[in-house]
Amino acid sequence: MVRTAARALYSDVIRERWRRPKFRGELSGANRIAEDVNPLCGDRVRLMLSLVGDRVAAARFIGDSCAICTASADVVAELVSGKPAAEARALEPADVLAVLQADIRPTRMRCVTLPLSVLAKALNGGGA
Amino acid sequence: MTLHELTRGDFPILARVVNGHPLAYLDSAASSQKPRTVIEAMSQYYERSHANVHRSIHTLGEEATELYEAARDRVQRFIGAARREEVVFTRGTTDGLNLLADALCAGLAPGDEVLITEMEHHSNIVPWQLAARRQRLALRAVPITGPGLLDLDALDRLLTARTRVVAFTHVSNVLGTINPVADICARARRVGAVTVVDGAQAAPHLALDMSVLGCDFYVFSPHKMLGPTGIGVLWGRRERLLGLEPTRGGGEMIKEVWIEHAEWNDLPWRFEPGTPPIAEAVGLTAAVEYLEKLGMDRVAEHERALTRQALAGLTALPGVRVFGPPAGVERGAVVAFAVEGLHPHDVAALLDAEGIAVRAGHHCAMPLMRRLGVVGTSRASFSVFSTPAEVARLVRAVADVRAVLA
Repeated sequence: MVRTAARALYSDVIRERWRRPKFRGELSGANRIAEDVNPLCGDRVRLMLSLVGDRVAAARFIGDSCAICTASADVVAELVSGKPAAEARALEPADVLAVLQADIRPTRMRCVTLPLSVLAKALNGGGA
Repeated sequence: MTLHELTRGDFPILARVVNGHPLAYLDSAASSQKPRTVIEAMSQYYERSHANVHRSIHTLGEEATELYEAARDRVQRFIGAARREEVVFTRGTTDGLNLLADALCAGLAPGDEVLITEMEHHSNIVPWQLAARRQRLALRAVPITGPGLLDLDALDRLLTARTRVVAFTHVSNVLGTINPVADICARARRVGAVTVVDGAQAAPHLALDMSVLGCDFYVFSPHKMLGPTGIGVLWGRRERLLGLEPTRGGGEMIKEVWIEHAEWNDLPWRFEPGTPPIAEAVGLTAAVEYLEKLGMDRVAEHERALTRQALAGLTALPGVRVFGPPAGVERGAVVAFAVEGLHPHDVAALLDAEGIAVRAGHHCAMPLMRRLGVVGTSRASFSVFSTPAEVARLVRAVADVRAVLA
């Protein structure tokens, strides 16, 4: 019963990235690290970047977070990997939503945007 | 007739269909739904009798004042308060606790101690932190034991000659633990500390009697007990209230005002500056009437049965961890649980897809979440209108959610 209803709520992408995130884990040699908390739910995301020159050479995340937030962090890490820092900085919620392919309700939007605000924090300092 | 059969039709909102399913509202610990009598009493007040209270020398003003003050009498009886002037109307439990933290701590000396507990809602932590910072007080917390009971031996160790205030919850909004109020107050009294009890989760479910609880102050929120939002109750022992300086000024709380100073009004009005929540007081009267008609003992028994059913059902599910005191220990009408491999918000969202409303997250009790070693939990809570069928739906749906995401 719950299974059918859940399909609308949690897209295949979200479910897959929640179960098997590709970019979760520590990043050795990270030189930009930032972390933040969603005050609504206490979710915590930590993003680690390896910035080489002006390029994000690698990105990884760890976190205690819900499926939507975890999937978003995974997508953010993927989208910035190999990108110039300026391009990474320009990443917007719409870019992440396009990958997640889910109808995110306003109450859960912060789950999508938390990894993005952590990314901004990491790029604007966040020295390791 | 069971209690929910008796009450069900009185709550218009329960006819709602949510996401294609009949609403199963299991979030009364956050805010309960309202019976028609409460909603109608408030509209009727606005349609017939609204005016400002206390100084309006006209018919409507007199009616409004009578209705507002009648709510005080009703609450006085409902909670077994010795006198009507011991009942102060605030904006809610949080407002009452802030008022008490401000007023009780104002006269304290640096190094004096305030004692709270690990199972408090943020509303009974942060106001004391603010006061402690202002007055340079030491803020300490009584730990909980493994099964989620207050560690009373630790309480005794933490009570010192410098303990001025002991503030604690009657019923935990997460664990459901019912704290032994009279016992804790007796221990606090031995060191001369003032006791403040957060009754937000107790007032909707237990018969209250201030004459036996033994505390100095007790606060609660009518919106969790079938009444409206925007009004709170602060009960204080008369001599304790008389010893407090008001911390908020305005109209109504004074007798006479000069440019440099003012003389305070009598109790309880000296703690009620500004236009009070009048319609909300009218709604509160209707809510108390409704609960009294059902009988608080019957209410408690109904909710105990639902809680037992939920505990048994959820505990039996593989991969589900239930928090709070072990079976057999009496507890409030909340059941917090975690589903292995799932985040509480995802659990709540999946249940909502089935029309089942539960709370998820830290429940404004982050220190307790840390103590339990979780980010958050999902929480089902029950009221007079909750049914065994809804609890059964909850248990079935929780069994199903793991298949989606875990």
